[in-house]
Amino acid sequence: MLTSLEIKDLHVSIESKQILKGVNLKVTQGEIHAIMGPNGSGKSTLANTLMGHPKYKVDSGDILVNGESIVGMSPDLRARKGLFLAFQYPLEISGVPLAQFLRSAYRSVKGGEQKSTSPSPTGVGGEMISALAFKKKLEEKLKEVEMDPAFAKRYLNEGFSGGEKKRAEILQMAILEPAIAIMDETDSGLDIDAIRKVAEVVSSMAGPKMGVLLITHYQRILQYLKPQFIHIMVDGRIFQSGGLELAQLLEEKGYEWIEKEAAPPAS
Amino acid sequence: MLATLMATKQVLDIDYTKYNFHDTDENYEYKFPKGLTREVVEQISKIKNEPDWMRQFRLRAYDHYLKRPLPTWGGDLTTLKFDDMLYYASPTQKKSRSWDDVPSYIKDTFDKLGIPEAERKFLGGVGAQYESEVVYHSLREDLAKKGVLFTDTDSALREYPEIFKKHFGTVIPPEDNKFAALNSAVWSGGSFIYVPEGVSVDVPLQAYFRINTQNMGQFERTLIIADKNSRIHYIEGCTAPVYSTDSLHSAVVEIIAKPGAHVRYTTIQNWSNDVYNLVTKRAYAYADATVEWVDGNLGSKLTMKYPSIYLLGPRAKGEILSVAFAGKNQHQDAGGKVVHLAPFTTSRITSKSISKDGGRSTYRGLLHVGKGAKGVKSTVRCDALLMDEYSRTDTYPYNEINEDDATITHEATVGKIGEDQLFYLMSRGLSEQEALSMIVMGFMEPFTKELPMEYAIELNRLIQMEMAGSVG
Repeated sequence: MLTSLEIKDLHVSIESKQILKGVNLKVTQGEIHAIMGPNGSGKSTLANTLMGHPKYKVDSGDILVNGESIVGMSPDLRARKGLFLAFQYPLEISGVPLAQFLRSAYRSVKGGEQKSTSPSPTGVGGEMISALAFKKKLEEKLKEVEMDPAFAKRYLNEGFSGGEKKRAEILQMAILEPAIAIMDETDSGLDIDAIRKVAEVVSSMAGPKMGVLLITHYQRILQYLKPQFIHIMVDGRIFQSGGLELAQLLEEKGYEWIEKEAAPPAS
Repeated sequence: MLATLMATKQVLDIDYTKYNFHDTDENYEYKFPKGLTREVVEQISKIKNEPDWMRQFRLRAYDHYLKRPLPTWGGDLTTLKFDDMLYYASPTQKKSRSWDDVPSYIKDTFDKLGIPEAERKFLGGVGAQYESEVVYHSLREDLAKKGVLFTDTDSALREYPEIFKKHFGTVIPPEDNKFAALNSAVWSGGSFIYVPEGVSVDVPLQAYFRINTQNMGQFERTLIIADKNSRIHYIEGCTAPVYSTDSLHSAVVEIIAKPGAHVRYTTIQNWSNDVYNLVTKRAYAYADATVEWVDGNLGSKLTMKYPSIYLLGPRAKGEILSVAFAGKNQHQDAGGKVVHLAPFTTSRITSKSISKDGGRSTYRGLLHVGKGAKGVKSTVRCDALLMDEYSRTDTYPYNEINEDDATITHEATVGKIGEDQLFYLMSRGLSEQEALSMIVMGFMEPFTKELPMEYAIELNRLIQMEMAGSVG
C-alpha cells in the first residue's frame, strides 16, 4: 500500500495568532507537490506542524498518515511513520559526529520496521545494521549527494556553510528513506549546480517510493524537479492548485497578482 | 512542554546505587575519635613511625591550619563541621602487592568497583586506598625494571627518603591555604610516582580512593615527579557511600614535570553527595614540559578545586580541561589556574559545566602572565549548560597580564537545551530522552574524548542508563 499524508481543513496558531486557516492537501508516495507563496503565507508553519513542532498548536482539522491521525503525536513517532522534514535552518549539535547521529536515527526509524518482519539476532530492534554495513551505506550516500567523506566525522552541522547544511539534510533524507519528505525551502541558499544535484537525488528517490512536499519561493528548482502538483498558498490557505503551468503563471505575474486576487472583497 | 521537563529531570541523574554500599568499621585496626587536636597529629606520625622532619612538618602545618581563616569566597563552608570528622582510620596497616592478601571485605569493595578487572585489562599499575591507608599497590614488572617508582606516599617516605624529601611540599607548602595546611598536618596515603629520565610509561597508572565509614576525613597526598623527557598518565577515581552526615576529602597533589616531560593527570570524581571535596592540585612545568589536568567532577556536595600549572621554563605548555555536573544540592566550584612565568609558554583552559535540579556550577579561573614572560599564548573557554530554570551557573575569570605581547583569548557561553534542537533530533526518530542525552553527551565530548576508551564508555553509559524510562 502506498503511504499517504492527508491534511484536512487544518487550522494552526502560534502563541494565539492564527496562521493556517483551513489547509487541505493530500500527498501520496511517488507524487511531487510544490507549495509556493509569498513570505508569511504559512508555508513553514505547515511544514513544522506536519512534523510536530511543539510551538505550533493545531486548533482544528486533522493530519492523517494512511488514515490515522498524527495530531498530538511526538516528532519521533511521526518520523517512524515515514515522515521527514528537511529543515529550512538545520540546527547545529556540537560534539555529535554526523555519522554517529545518522546511525542512531537510522536505528530509530528503521528499527521498528525491521523488527516486525525478522527479529534481529540480538533481540534489539535497532541492531539490524552492522557498523560496517552502515559505514558503507553512508559513504555511498555521501558520494551521491557529492559531499566530502570527511563530513561523516564532523559534528552535526557545526561550522557547515549554508549550502553544506542543506546538502546534509538531503543526505539524511537519502539515508532514512522516508515515505513522505517535506522540504522547507531546501533550495534557498544553494547555487544552481547544487540545486540541480538536490533535484536529481530527490527525483530518483521520489520515483515510486517517496512522496515530496516541497516548499519553495523560486521557480528554479521546479525546472529540474518537475512536480506534478503546484499549490499556491496565500494567507494560511491553499489559494489555487494546478500543474506546472501554474508556476509559470506565477513567474510571469508575480505574487502581487495572487495577493490581489486572494484579498477579500472590500465590504 | 511537560514531557521535556520530565525527561530533563532524568538525564544525568547519575546512578549512584553502584557505589552506595559500605562495610562495617568495627574491626578497624585504628579509628581515632572525632575531631582534630595536636595529639591526633602526633599520633598519626607515631603510628607511621615517621622521621622527625615529617613530624615537624605536620606540626608546622597544624599551627598554620589553626591560624588560617576559612576562605570567604567559593562555596558555603560554614556547614562543614570540622569537629565531627574522623581524621584517621585504618582497617589494616598492611600494604599488599596481591589482591589475595587484601582483607576479603575490602577486596570485595574494589571488585564491585571494577578495579582489579581494569588493572588486568589496561592499566600499568594500581593503587587502592581505603579510608586513610593504601591497602593495595602494584606496578607492572617491565615498568619497575625501567626504574619507574609507583607506590603509596607513606612507603615512599620510608623507601626513597632522598628524592622524597627533595620534592615533598615544594610545590604546595602547608601555608598555601587552609586545606593544604590541614592536609599537610594529617596526610595519609596517596600515590608517589617517579619516572626516570627518558622513560615513557605508555599505559595509565591508576589510584582509586574509597571512603567507607561515616564522617570520614580522607587526606591523601600525591607526589608525581617526571624526570627529563619522560612521559606518564595517571588516573584517579573516587567514590563513597551515601550517609546522612558529611564527610571530607581534602587532598594535596603536587606534580613536577622536568624539562621535556609530559604528564597527564585525569580525575573522575564521583563522591556521594555528602562529601566536601576541597582539594589543592598544582604542577610545575619546566622548559618544554607539558602538563595536562583532565578533571571531571560528577559527585560531592561541594567541590572547590582549581588545578594549577606554573609554567616555569621556556615553551612549557599547560592544559586544563575541567568538567562539572551540579545536580540537586550540589555546588561545583571548579576551574583552573595557569601562571606563565617564562617566555613562549602556552596554555589552554576549557571548562564545561552542566547544572540541573537546582544545582550550581561555578567556573573560577586565574590566568597570570608574569613580567618577562614574552610571547605567551593562552586560550580560555567556558561553556555552561543549564538544564532548567532552577539551576545556576557563574563565571569568575581573573586575568593578570603583565606583558603587552601576550595573546589571550577568552570565550564564555551559557546555553539551554533548546526546543528547536530537541525538535530537530526528534524529527529524525530519536525519542526525547535519546535526543537530550545526545545533546548532553555532545556537550561533554571534548572531555570524554580525552578519557581512555573504557572510561568514556562508562561515563556515557551512566548517562544513557538514566534514560531508560520512556516519555509518553
